[in-house]
Amino acid sequence: MAEESTADGTEDTAMARQQTPPQAPAAAEAAAPAPAAQSGGARIGQGPGRLLLWFYGVFTVAALSRSIVQISTKFSDARLAYLLSLAAGIVYAVITVALWRGGGQARKVALVACSAELLGVIGVGVLTLADSSAFPDQTVWSDFGYGYVFLPVILPVMGLLWLRKAGAELRGAEAA
Amino acid sequence: MLDAVTITVTVTALLLAVWCAYAAYRDEPTNDWHFIGMAVVTLAALVQLVVGLVQLGQGDRPDHGTATFVGYLVGAACTVPLAAIMSLTERSRWGSAIVAAGGVVLAVLELRLHEIWGAGNG
Repeated sequence: MAEESTADGTEDTAMARQQTPPQAPAAAEAAAPAPAAQSGGARIGQGPGRLLLWFYGVFTVAALSRSIVQISTKFSDARLAYLLSLAAGIVYAVITVALWRGGGQARKVALVACSAELLGVIGVGVLTLADSSAFPDQTVWSDFGYGYVFLPVILPVMGLLWLRKAGAELRGAEAA
Repeated sequence: MLDAVTITVTVTALLLAVWCAYAAYRDEPTNDWHFIGMAVVTLAALVQLVVGLVQLGQGDRPDHGTATFVGYLVGAACTVPLAAIMSLTERSRWGSAIVAAGGVVLAVLELRLHEIWGAGNG
């Protein structure tokens, strides 16, 4: 995937370096492993975005593997809970890929996915507190992500804040 | 034996997390010493993977599912190397933060591993 992004952003990289002097040292330093990653839109997966990318990657693996094991071994126990964990895993996967690829389009995808994630975790959190009989087994999003140190509710908020900031920088770079 | 390794991995992972969190706080990327630290933690996790598999081979069974247990063992062994790769691609304080997060994630995985293996087993 790194090679792909190289093809996307090679021209932008040279331009970005000339246009945004404050970014230049960082761009030069990061240029060796991933020269393209510094092009305007790709920045959603850089800096703080890279930390988010790491967390979303971990959660993708955790939620998907958990739901796959549960669905394949004891699906009838708690169908809704396991399907919700699967849905959560898919949303995490979408955000991970979007952060990895970068660009304006990926930023929009990530914004939608983070919003869906926030709605999901709040909705499921309220439901599990109000009517716990609907969820005989835990999901990733139960009780606002209590089982995962509340990261499921913290991550989308951080994600939305970061995407908004990165979007402003992106527009700034395009306008310059 | 497994308990001893689990404690070792947990403690070294948390030390790594604190160390790298300090680097992130000081606005520094990960350096060679951090990577040696990551190698140590990874080595401990690999030893744990081997010990866990040997215990399974000897007929011991985890309380909460063999597949889950092996999944967590493999996940624990992969966590810090993946964080290391990510911090190589992010040469800023955020690269250090990734390794710090990786150390905490590994410690949580160790806690879960301990639960899955069960108190009844050695």
